Amino acid sequence: MGPAGTGRVRNREIQMLKITELVKRYGSGDPVLKNLNLTIEGESVVSIIGSSGAGKSTLLRCINRLVEPSSGSIVLNGTELTKLRGRELRAARRKIGMVFQGFNLVDRLTVMENVQSGRLGYISTWAAVMRRYPKEDIRRAYELMERVGIAHYADKRADELSGGERQRVGVVRALMQKPEILLADEPTASLDPKTSEQIMGLLRDLAGELKLPVLINIHNVAEAKEYTDRIVGMRYGRIIFDDLPEKLDQDAMDKIYSGSPAADRAGTPGEMREAS
Amino acid sequence: MTLSDLHRDDWARFTPRQRMQRYAMFLLGALAVGWALGSIDVIWAWVWDAPVQMGDLFGRMIPPDPTNLDTILWVLWETVNIATIATAFAVLISLPVAYLAAQNTTPNRATLWLGRFILVSSRSINTIIWALLFVAIFGPGIVAGIVAIMFRSIGFIGKLLGEAIEEIDKRPVEALEATGASRFKIIAYAIVPQVMPTFWAVSILRWDINLRESTVLGLVGAGGIGIILQGAIDTFNWPEAATVLLAILVLVILGEIVSAFLRRRIL
Repeated sequence: MGPAGTGRVRNREIQMLKITELVKRYGSGDPVLKNLNLTIEGESVVSIIGSSGAGKSTLLRCINRLVEPSSGSIVLNGTELTKLRGRELRAARRKIGMVFQGFNLVDRLTVMENVQSGRLGYISTWAAVMRRYPKEDIRRAYELMERVGIAHYADKRADELSGGERQRVGVVRALMQKPEILLADEPTASLDPKTSEQIMGLLRDLAGELKLPVLINIHNVAEAKEYTDRIVGMRYGRIIFDDLPEKLDQDAMDKIYSGSPAADRAGTPGEMREAS
Repeated sequence: MTLSDLHRDDWARFTPRQRMQRYAMFLLGALAVGWALGSIDVIWAWVWDAPVQMGDLFGRMIPPDPTNLDTILWVLWETVNIATIATAFAVLISLPVAYLAAQNTTPNRATLWLGRFILVSSRSINTIIWALLFVAIFGPGIVAGIVAIMFRSIGFIGKLLGEAIEEIDKRPVEALEATGASRFKIIAYAIVPQVMPTFWAVSILRWDINLRESTVLGLVGAGGIGIILQGAIDTFNWPEAATVLLAILVLVILGEIVSAFLRRRIL
């Protein structure tokens, strides 16, 4: 257990996310996700690679329902997520942390307020509006901020921080939720190479410390290989590679990224449209 | 092919056809202005006479008569209060209206149209017309003036605030949705901070405008300095009218200074 001191997960069952036959279709076009199956267990760090438009972002957003799946099932630790509505959906979302490419912080709020916004699903409206956060939440915020090295910025406005620092705020906000899984959508795409490696290292370490499965969309294949335990390769809404990082050879890379997409389109004859 | 092979030295921003179209548009514009001037009934003798009249009026206003200065200043203070109270209430009421009128926060189509209806009806009626209406309802006095200015301001503040809500960065909203926060908390944490600068800027600007509008409310009996001005003009008491006009001028300049100061402090 890391210095974050979160003993809460010690006795919990192994986390599991199971996606079956997931389909997402925007309008009447070709589906962006085509009968996709994926299971993630335990504290593994899984990266999803694939060219733009392969459906990586849509897949992640289907899990916390920022995007509505067209059909299929997504089960997180026994809860079917695709059928939830209103209060139940919000309760489920609390258990799913998300880190974004653009950090998605509220610029004009302080770092502490941004971090505490990860707890909004748990505290009363009055406490939220008056900024009267529970002592326990404040302690947890300081611990996590200390862990990622931003505790001294607590009172600074979010827009005063650098990109890497802002993404750390984003990570802490997601962890404040006490999530059962962490989703990261291109978390390093807006960062310079060095900062990018730091954030990837941080995500990997936190996954181990908090016993948390982490699902990362990423463009940088070298980082995917170095920092994650498993690589999922997507192309045109399907998973065409799912294995250990060392198994990702040139041949597999070519299949995921390269040239003529004719082979992939075999299943959808005549359909030339690419999902984006 | 190198650059010297291109023997082209003719270039024009518009094609001849486009140029003719533009000349035709200018001609049409000139004709419209000529037609408008010709069709209104201007008594030109009075227009040419205006400089003399102006000089005459100016002569009668000098020197300004300060005997009623106490009353004038007191009523001027009342005018400031009308503007301030009306702005405060208008700001409070325009918050929910802006929420309804912004496409990305309004609960459904019906509420969107309700919000827009309130904004349009408030804005399409001039303050003086509102004042006439409320003088009929509340009787003459400052209450009618306050309500009139309030009604006109709701549309102004609500519209600009609603547009600010529509232009916010949606990414923080998405992030807070992902944390499982309720609608109201998302508004409080992701939307309110983003529209705060606009909120203050618009409120201060409207207070500034209301200060000037409240000086004419008295002309229709809705309180404020306008009543004294009207009285002075009706009794040909030009020296006192001059004092009132000067007092209004000073007030407007002060209002400008105060709002510039607030803008610098808050924004």
